[in-house]
Amino acid sequence: MTLKTTPLFAAHEKLGATFTDFNGWNMPLKYSSEMTEHKAVRQAVGIFDLSHMGEVFLSGPDAVKGLNTALAGDFSKMSVGRAKYTVMLTEDGTILDDLIVYRLGEDRYLMVPNAGNAPAVAEAVVARTEGMDLTVDDATADLSLVGIQGPKAADVVAALGEDFAEAAASLTNYRVTEILVNGNDWIVARTGYTGEDGFEIITPNADIAGLWEQIFSLDIGVEITPCGLASRDSLRLEAGMPLYGNELSTERTPFEAGMGRIVSFEKPENFVGRAALEPQREQTPQQVLIGLTSDQRRAARSGSEIVVDGQTVGVITSGIPSPTLSKPVALGYIDAAHADVDTEVSVDIRGKALPFIITKPPFYSR
Amino acid sequence: MTAVKPGLRYSAEHEWLNDEDPVRIGITAYAADQLGDVVFAELPEPGDTVTAGEVCGELESTKSVSELYCPVTGTVVETNEDVIQNPERINEDPYGAGWLFTVDVTEEGEILTPEQYAEQTGTEVA
Repeated sequence: MTLKTTPLFAAHEKLGATFTDFNGWNMPLKYSSEMTEHKAVRQAVGIFDLSHMGEVFLSGPDAVKGLNTALAGDFSKMSVGRAKYTVMLTEDGTILDDLIVYRLGEDRYLMVPNAGNAPAVAEAVVARTEGMDLTVDDATADLSLVGIQGPKAADVVAALGEDFAEAAASLTNYRVTEILVNGNDWIVARTGYTGEDGFEIITPNADIAGLWEQIFSLDIGVEITPCGLASRDSLRLEAGMPLYGNELSTERTPFEAGMGRIVSFEKPENFVGRAALEPQREQTPQQVLIGLTSDQRRAARSGSEIVVDGQTVGVITSGIPSPTLSKPVALGYIDAAHADVDTEVSVDIRGKALPFIITKPPFYSR
Repeated sequence: MTAVKPGLRYSAEHEWLNDEDPVRIGITAYAADQLGDVVFAELPEPGDTVTAGEVCGELESTKSVSELYCPVTGTVVETNEDVIQNPERINEDPYGAGWLFTVDVTEEGEILTPEQYAEQTGTEVA
């Protein structure tokens, strides 16, 4: 199968990127050093090509009803210009995807699902809203997305033009606006996946290379570093954010993933997954998602078993040596009986039982 | 494009060796690049017996862990303490300050020329 590329592929090659297959997309893994890129985002600003992410628009008089039926959250009280993190569930109440929903207009919403899940999400939204007065438009193939992340992100956005300066000043966290550029609406949101302040800009494919070039030619006294998916993963993990395919999957419910609070049982709509989850509301899940850290140096990795008293009680879903904390951090699922913070457990790392301690994420916060 | 350094000898498992006695061993620029930024190096200690073709340590980066294979059989003479304290040396200067350990060799494993190693990795000698 040929890998898909984003409109920025040539720009990445020019910057000397190393590429990786991410859900069928040939994406930059790193440009120089993933450690340098990680630190750039923590200390200044990093730029990510996230054009592989999905963009699915939902609009029409029944838009809220459609979202409330297709997704777990309640969108009836979300104002225009707001963004909301949510999950899409299966009939079994497990997680089909996690996504951000932006309210762009009175009855116009944008969903941004994960790259690999975008077609399934678009398909499911269509199926789940059958007969409703709304339209679903999967624009993933037509739009591109650049992430601008780090303490200096607002300086970069402000330097892009007058309207951008206004957006950088007025948008607070999880807010979104649209800016007209050369006759096209660009979507500018203060969202991200790094644990830092940051923005995400969505443009038509034809506009993204110009934006990328403009960003890297800015002369604002700030070092602007292109960042690949390797640093994106280490940044999100330090921030304790789950990754679909690792922490979240159709094998796990929002209760197990510690996301029960984002499932709205108060809304009237009979959303997909409700029937399966309703009876579990008062129960403790068998396993729960936890964070782990260690004072020794070996990192736990996805698939490593968590052991207590010689018994396997859980599994690591993501783990790295944290670049910021200089010690291993990990996320994993563990039997609820062993899930208390400060519990000492062992993780089997290549045949050695090494000590870890259960720690409440985030491991890093700005 | 990462380069293979002329004047050194190589193993198929991405180590380089020089011609000194005891022999000095490190990993290639290609291997360092593939591994990513090394944050933890576990190396054999002076006095340890190592065997050609067997695992003698590991290198860990943020994204992965790689086992370190010893290209020779013998006894470890010196371990690069600077690399243990500052594993980034391996990425900064894999053929120089990023060397890993030296061995008093009794027997060598299978050794590749720079050209053979370059061919194996699709890189160039430079």
